[in-house]
Amino acid sequence: MRNVLAWLGSTLFTAGLLTTAADASRAESLVFLSTQLRPIEEAQNMRKVILKDFPREVDYVTEQPPQLPVRIKAEQQGVTHTIDVVGALHGELQPLVPLDALVPLDDLAGQLNGRGIPDQLMTLGKFGTAHQLYIPWMQASYIMVANREALPYLPGGADINALGYDQLASWASAIQEKTGKRLLGFPAGPQGLMHRFFEGFLYPSYTGGVVVPFRSEAAEAMWAYFALLWKSVNPNSTSYNFMQEPLLSGDVWIGFDHIARMLDALRQKPDEFVAFPAPSGPKGRGYMPVLAGLAVVKGAPEMNGAMALIDYLDQPETQILTARSVGFFPVVKANLPPDLKPGLRLGANAIEKMQSAKDALPALLPIGLGQRGGEFDKVFMDTFQLVVLRGQKPRAVLDREAETLRRLMTETDAPCWQPDPPHTGACQVQ
Amino acid sequence: MRARYIPYLLIAPSLGFLTMLFFVPLAQTIALAFQADGIWSTENFARMAVDLNFTDAVVNTFEIVIIVVPLQLLLALAMAMMLQHVRAGRDIVLWIWSIPLGISDLAAGLVWLAILTDKGYLNTVLLALGVLSGPQSWLTYETPATLLAAIVVAELWRATAIVLVILVSGVQLIPKEYGEAAEVFGATPWQRFTRVTLPLLRPSIQTALILRTVLAFEMFAIVLSIGGRNFPVLVSEAFNWQYNQQDFGVAAAYAVIVMGVSLAATLVYLRVLRTPAEQR
Repeated sequence: MRNVLAWLGSTLFTAGLLTTAADASRAESLVFLSTQLRPIEEAQNMRKVILKDFPREVDYVTEQPPQLPVRIKAEQQGVTHTIDVVGALHGELQPLVPLDALVPLDDLAGQLNGRGIPDQLMTLGKFGTAHQLYIPWMQASYIMVANREALPYLPGGADINALGYDQLASWASAIQEKTGKRLLGFPAGPQGLMHRFFEGFLYPSYTGGVVVPFRSEAAEAMWAYFALLWKSVNPNSTSYNFMQEPLLSGDVWIGFDHIARMLDALRQKPDEFVAFPAPSGPKGRGYMPVLAGLAVVKGAPEMNGAMALIDYLDQPETQILTARSVGFFPVVKANLPPDLKPGLRLGANAIEKMQSAKDALPALLPIGLGQRGGEFDKVFMDTFQLVVLRGQKPRAVLDREAETLRRLMTETDAPCWQPDPPHTGACQVQ
Repeated sequence: MRARYIPYLLIAPSLGFLTMLFFVPLAQTIALAFQADGIWSTENFARMAVDLNFTDAVVNTFEIVIIVVPLQLLLALAMAMMLQHVRAGRDIVLWIWSIPLGISDLAAGLVWLAILTDKGYLNTVLLALGVLSGPQSWLTYETPATLLAAIVVAELWRATAIVLVILVSGVQLIPKEYGEAAEVFGATPWQRFTRVTLPLLRPSIQTALILRTVLAFEMFAIVLSIGGRNFPVLVSEAFNWQYNQQDFGVAAAYAVIVMGVSLAATLVYLRVLRTPAEQR
């Protein structure tokens, strides 16, 4: 009941906002609807700082991610269109593709050619079609952070910026041997993002996919490896939600997490920490880009203004301003200024190195699961709990969890997403 | 004539309030638990039962209730008896003992977490005393015994006061004459306690046990802050299914289980500890 009321309230509220936005748009300002940078402080930074130098007036309006397709559909069916530009994560824009709501931006993509947006990111913006449906806007990701005290224990010949999972294991076990402490940490607490590590990093690196090879032999070997690695992991990891805290307190020397959840450590003690890309496995350096894109909705009142706004937001100066004020990093080639806070710079460099690595293998957030994303995450966390924490044999666990995964994929009819190979119909476990 | 309706009129708002905000959601929860895709079924219960955390949650919940509730009763009884013999400063003692009542579950959990983490106060003290040579973990999946002990201690600290308050008010209702009469007939203090005080305290004990047991089955915030993922209980699993997996059906099934268990415990107490009519 309360949920319904809250939902009703927020819907009425946003509807109200959009109505005012619509009125404003007649007074010749552009409407920029975004699912990102919703917190009031970030939204104000967007309005007052990032959009300040854009020659036109822009109404920056935020929207809850699940409401975005609802809103767009409503505009399609209605007569008046108000939204010019939509900013959202890759996975949030995806439901707009089957609605045929996005304007192909191939010309704009051509104009932005010289900005140095990595090809993989541009390709993501095509959603497997022949057309550019969104332009990459800004990004974040998951990275590794280590205390400088851990560096002397790196295995001989290892390059911290091109680490393999085997080297990570020997590094952590060397630390354990020399210090007697387990100082590798993962955010496996109740509110942690550990599931993303399996979905976007470990699975792609070892199996080249996520859903299709879920119970493959490569996956079996991977879980055996991870269970072994876990012997050097701080057992408090199952309570860590944000890795910045154990990193700052020294309980953990090497940690993996979303950059936003480690930024405090990097900001407070930039001299004590190094940030570096996630390791690579037999199939490449799997990593999960958190990519936000800019799209134009069909029927947008001001097509040219929308294009100009996207162009503006993807200029190197604007991108640097975005990094500075809201902590999302550039997608274009932008030389971060020397006065960028050292903590931010550490994070930005790690992400840059990860995505420009030769063996980089981007893995997307689950797509098309709708409300049932939590069940998908649970499959991976349950497997982790059974194999790693309870020491069960990976084969039996994988077979059992594969059944749950199969049922979920069949019921949601979700297509495969990168790096699983494209497939007609629901993505299925092999 | 009109006077006959007045009591009903006066309790009508509270009845309406309870019905609206208790019975309606209750009925909705039960309906939710027994439906899958809009059809009546027990699928939610089946999914709940095969989940890897279900057995742990049941075992952990009962473990806590079985350990904590009797301990709290004993402690509160002892404290109430001792309090009888305190003359000066009795109010201050009672006041200090009931401080935990005023602290929220979550805050209490966080306080105990701060004491028991690797770099917490306990380890600091033990290190200073030379008992430990390095930080010792107490709350991980590798140390289930100390984890359980920590939760038991935190629960004892937090919720013994409610039992105490009920028992103290019960003890005050017992007329002094009974004890004095027993003394005249040569009863030892122990005999006076077991033969006079305890039987007369039975209604208070019943109330305290029902309250405490029901609350112990619903325990959540303390366990979540100290045990997290390592110590699933029924309510924390309900929370996970509701908010993390967003599967409201299974969450409702857990809620129904918690309610069923609490009801059963209440009925048992009502039956076992009932006061014979002639003693009322």
